[in-house]
Amino acid sequence: MPDVLDGDRDPSAIGRIDPRVRIVAAVAFAVAVVSCRDPAALGLGLAAAGGLMLLARLPVLATLRQMIAMDLFVVFILVMLPFTMPGDPLFEVAGLPASRQGLTRAVEIALKANAVVLALLALVGSMSSVTLGHALYRLRVPENLVHLLLFTVRYIDVLHREYQRLRTAMTTRGFQPATTLHTLRSFGYLVGMMLVRALERSERILAAMTCRGFAGQFPLFDEFRLGGRDWLFGAGILGVCTLVVTVEAL
Amino acid sequence: MPPLIDVSGIHFGYPGRPPVLRGVDLQLFPGERLCLTGANGAGKSTLFHIVVGLLRPSQGRVVAFGRERGAEADFREVRRRAGLVFQDPDDQLFCPTVAEDVAFGPLNLGKSRAEAKAIVTEVLERLGLGHLRDRITHKLSGGEKRLVTLAAVLAMEPDVLLLDEPTNALDEPTTGRIVEILTGLPQAMIVISHDPHFRHEIATRTLRLESGVLFSPR
Repeated sequence: MPDVLDGDRDPSAIGRIDPRVRIVAAVAFAVAVVSCRDPAALGLGLAAAGGLMLLARLPVLATLRQMIAMDLFVVFILVMLPFTMPGDPLFEVAGLPASRQGLTRAVEIALKANAVVLALLALVGSMSSVTLGHALYRLRVPENLVHLLLFTVRYIDVLHREYQRLRTAMTTRGFQPATTLHTLRSFGYLVGMMLVRALERSERILAAMTCRGFAGQFPLFDEFRLGGRDWLFGAGILGVCTLVVTVEAL
Repeated sequence: MPPLIDVSGIHFGYPGRPPVLRGVDLQLFPGERLCLTGANGAGKSTLFHIVVGLLRPSQGRVVAFGRERGAEADFREVRRRAGLVFQDPDDQLFCPTVAEDVAFGPLNLGKSRAEAKAIVTEVLERLGLGHLRDRITHKLSGGEKRLVTLAAVLAMEPDVLLLDEPTNALDEPTTGRIVEILTGLPQAMIVISHDPHFRHEIATRTLRLESGVLFSPR
C-alpha cells in the first residue's frame, strides 16, 4: 500500500520533535522561502531543507525521486518562462529568443519549489497521516477537514482492497486490458461498482455510527507535550528563516 | 419476567422488491442467547436494523425495554441499550486508533474524556485486548478487528447485544475466543450465525427466518 498508510518511522532527530512544531515550522519555512527572490537566499533555503532531510534520516534517493515527481508538474512552466517573459535576449531556440529575466525567474521558481517540498517531506512527510490528523486538530484546523483526512486514511486501504478483489476476479476470468471497447466498458463497470460499493459502505458506516449515538462529535486522543527540545527546534527553524530573509534583504 | 425486546407482526420490504419480512414475532428474555439462522437475504440483518430503528417497518410493533418505540427519539435509547455489532468490522471501526474507536460510544453518551479513557482501558483489559489500545484500526487483523468492534459496543454498557455473524471469516482460535467471551457475558443477546457448530456452543434457543417469518426448527 502507498506510503500514506505507513506508521511513524523510527524516531530520528526530527521524528522526536512534537508534530505540531514540525507542521508550524514547515509552514514558516515555506513562507520565508517563497517571499525571497535572491538566488543566494533561495540556495541557502534549499541547503537548509537538505539538512532537514538528513536530520529526518529520510532515504536520500527515494526522497529526491519524490521531489522530481513534483518537479514534473512545474517543468513546463520552467521551460516556457524564458521564452514568454520579455527582457534582454540571451539565446535563441528555433528563432524564439529566451530572455535573461525569464531564465532567472525560472531558476528562482525551481529553487523555491524544491526547497519547500524538501522541507515538507522532511518535517511533515516523516509523520504518519494519523499523527498529522491529530496534530492538525490540535492546531485548530477546522474539525471537518481533519475528519475528512482521517476518514480518507482509514478507508483508502479498504477501497484499495475492494479494487484489488474486483480486479483479481476480472483477471481470473481471463480479462486482459487492451485498447478495445470491451476493456473500456469493463473498466467502466469496475469504477461504477467501486462507486456503488463505496456509497453503500458509507451508509453502513453512518448506520454503525448512529447505533453508537453519533451526534456530530468525534473523539481524538493524543498526548502531545511541548518540551525543551521542541522549543529549541522551533527556535532553530525560526533562525534559519531569519537568516534566509536577511540574506535576501542584503 | 417481561421480555427485553418484543417485536410483533413486523412487515418490511425494500422499495421495488418483494417484502422480506411478513409478520415476524420475536421476543428476547433476560439471560437468553438467541440464535437466528436463515438463507442469505432472508432479512435477518434487516430485522436487527428494525429493532434499533435504522429502518422502520411498514406494519408491526417494536417494544424495547418495556416501551413501544416509533419515533427517532425513542430509538436513541434503544441504540444505547441494544448494542449492534455489524457484519463487516470495517464498517464499524472508523476512528484512527482502537482507543478512540472504543471511546466513541461512551463520549456520545456524555462521558468526560477521562471517564471514556478509563472505560476504554477497562473494556479492553476485560476482553484481553489491552495490547491493541494504541494500534491503528485499519492495520488490525480480521480477528482483532472483530474483537475490537465487540469491545466498542460493550463500552456503551448495553443491556442487549445484537451480533450479526460475529464469527464470519474467522479462524478457529478466534471463533473459540468469541464463544468464550459471549458465554461469559451477562447480557441477553441475539446472534445471527450460519455456523451450526458455533450456534450449538452458545445458543440457549434457535430460530430460523424463512419466507419472511420466524420458525422454531423441529
